[in-house]
Amino acid sequence: MIPELGTLALVIALLLSAAQSFFGLVGAHKNKASWMQSVMPAVAGVWVFVSFAFAILTYSFITHDFSIAYVATNSNTELPLMYCIAAVWGAHEGSLLLWILILATWALLVAMFSKSLPLPFRARVLGVLGMIGVGFTSFTLFTSSPFLRLLPAAAEGADLNPILQDPALAIHPPMLYMGYVGTSVAFAFAVAAMLSGRIDPAWSRWTRPWTVAAWMCLTLGIALGSWWAYYELGWGGWWFWDPVENASFMPWLASTALIHSLAVTEKRGLFKNWTLLLAIFAFSLSLLGTFLVRSGVLVSVHSFASDPSRGLFILGLLLFFIVGSLTLYAIRAPSLRTDGGFELVSRESFLLLNNALLVAAAGLILTGTLWPLVMDAFNLGKISVGPPYFNMVFMVPTLPLLALVGIGMHAGWRRAALASKGRRLALIAGGALLVALVITMGFYGSIGLPLTVVGFTGALFVMGSALIDPITRWRNKQGMSRAALGMAVAHFGIGVFVIGISGVASYKIEKDVSMGPGDSAEIAGYRFKFLGTDNVHGPNYEALEARVAVSKGELPLTELTTQKRKFKVQTMPMTHAGIAVAWNRDLFVALGDELGAGKWSMRLQYKPLVRYIWIGAVIVALGGLIATLDRRYRVRVTADEPAPASADEAA
Amino acid sequence: MWRYFAPAAAFLALGALFAFALMRIQNGTLDVREIKSPLIGKPAPVFTLPLVTDPSQSFDSRSMAGKTYVVNVWGTWCPACREEHDSLLQLARVTGVPFIGIDWKDDGQLAQQYLGQLGNPYQQVVADAEGRVAIDWGVYGAPETFLVSPAGIVLAKHAGALTAAVWAEKFAPLVTSGGSR
Repeated sequence: MIPELGTLALVIALLLSAAQSFFGLVGAHKNKASWMQSVMPAVAGVWVFVSFAFAILTYSFITHDFSIAYVATNSNTELPLMYCIAAVWGAHEGSLLLWILILATWALLVAMFSKSLPLPFRARVLGVLGMIGVGFTSFTLFTSSPFLRLLPAAAEGADLNPILQDPALAIHPPMLYMGYVGTSVAFAFAVAAMLSGRIDPAWSRWTRPWTVAAWMCLTLGIALGSWWAYYELGWGGWWFWDPVENASFMPWLASTALIHSLAVTEKRGLFKNWTLLLAIFAFSLSLLGTFLVRSGVLVSVHSFASDPSRGLFILGLLLFFIVGSLTLYAIRAPSLRTDGGFELVSRESFLLLNNALLVAAAGLILTGTLWPLVMDAFNLGKISVGPPYFNMVFMVPTLPLLALVGIGMHAGWRRAALASKGRRLALIAGGALLVALVITMGFYGSIGLPLTVVGFTGALFVMGSALIDPITRWRNKQGMSRAALGMAVAHFGIGVFVIGISGVASYKIEKDVSMGPGDSAEIAGYRFKFLGTDNVHGPNYEALEARVAVSKGELPLTELTTQKRKFKVQTMPMTHAGIAVAWNRDLFVALGDELGAGKWSMRLQYKPLVRYIWIGAVIVALGGLIATLDRRYRVRVTADEPAPASADEAA
Repeated sequence: MWRYFAPAAAFLALGALFAFALMRIQNGTLDVREIKSPLIGKPAPVFTLPLVTDPSQSFDSRSMAGKTYVVNVWGTWCPACREEHDSLLQLARVTGVPFIGIDWKDDGQLAQQYLGQLGNPYQQVVADAEGRVAIDWGVYGAPETFLVSPAGIVLAKHAGALTAAVWAEKFAPLVTSGGSR
């Protein structure tokens, strides 16, 4: 009875989403205030019913209702409670339900915090979100319902995939989806603007905080995923250019470009075409990611159990939203006029170049991700495109970008008077090079890879450059808008991130050794002594735990434990790495296979500066948070701009 | 004017590619998961390993020269191997092609029990406890099955459970042309 209530709740949510979409879009078109007013309760209703369905699935997991196929396949009575809850989104069907819940939540937030926007615009935005809701709720109900019964019920569940049994499962997918699905808000604003013909600075001001908020969640979500892969998969890598990682990274690049383009549209009324296109691209790439992960057209460690008929359904959704919005764009774009020009050296040029480079990066990643599929589909051979391609092509647009960020931040609108800050920037660049040489030659004793010094210099230059404004203003006891401070913080974070990449890529040391109890091995001046093994009983696994004492020279540092877990139901072995963290490096120990004669293979890694990759990403997201809280987004639009609002209603 | 339709057109082209790929996946002519083994067309790696059934004796793969045979990499810890076990038993009986089992990174006791309970499809089954031989064969997950020609050349490889349908499609045509029987 209970799961049927879940299905019913989803059906009601589907109908309400249809109403939300119809009254929002048609109401605005016919300019019927009562229709448009009815959109808000519909949005609230969708949220209530989707949450209810979600709560029911969670309840079914907690109570181990193995008469539900999805629960039986993805949990077990011995699965700890936390994972029972997180298992709700541990596979395809439930994660789609999470997708819909997050979409409903974004729509609810937009409905709540956009009361000051003109009613027709608001109705259109919510109408577009409703349409997306109709698409994805029907996808869930008709191809991927998590509430289908398993008759007769299973006596015991098949358990959650051991790779997913980690606390990160509780936060990584929800955060990532907040970002992924959040791109739909900017998309809805763009479509609403194109429908109403109103694409102006006010529109971009309304869009910006939502875009930045979604982008911030995406940043954190991707960073969490990278961190999870680093410690859980036991390989010590932080980014694998796996198709699914790429699928989350491409919308991030497009959203980053969008944020910058929106700034120009808001301040100068320029780049409207770009901004609209980027809003569509960001959402399209996020839909494309959903398609690639769930349709089975690409091979990935992440992919869900796939089924081509689901693939065709999402492909239909994809074509409808993307081709539909791009056609609308094609109709509207020719009439968009640019209201002003700018000089070659100006903030506008820097931002345009920034957009072009970010889009180029996304395009190169897309090509690399899809190329194996193209080859395979036309029987041209099986290839796999791996890290060497991506690392190479990704640096081509991003290294110049680093320099651009450092300079562009200080360029003025219209026409940059860089001369005033030019001297200071040159000083910072010189200082950055010097520090980079000290770090590489002095600290690590070699200049590393061909681009190591470039990486450190670029990173330090961006960090220094980002600090100019906050420090000057603080010294002069001047205030700083949260938007400007947020930008400085986010750019500083990019620098920190690049420091991490440069350090770990250039100076990491990895060694696979064979060790028995009592044996020692040394890397990077750290001694790892294998003390012995113990058996450990987990709630749903048995593990063999190795204890390893780490010392530097004669100085004992810490004792690490690393486990090889064998899960009872899904007998797959999992490695749990032991990691010692310090400000300047991680030491990473992973227990490998038993080699016989009391020996074990053991992977030892020295990962200099690796933490700064994630710390940098968190600082970037923090910058986004600060910028979202800027005062001007909270000023009532009707108060400072009554004219465009009424103009829109007349239109 | 028409240039504004370029993004929509580009995306339609991408959509057409996806639709084409999905349809080929659906009618079974495209398998994106299949990875072509570099071993195909090359001499099969030679190995000598102790027998699971009697570790005091060993088996040398060179003794198979002149016969078409199958090498199946499995383990008691591998659910998909359990899944294919019945079809292995059947295929070994029906086709008459000798199956050589490589018990990969496994416990010999457990393996003996497993074969005792479920039946032994293998003409010979050897223990690769440390996984060295599996590395030579490029195994990245169990089960994996290889078909080797009388001249010792790897003819085909299948990753995942070996079913009668897979046998009929991928292996059977090569067995007859191999001419062992």
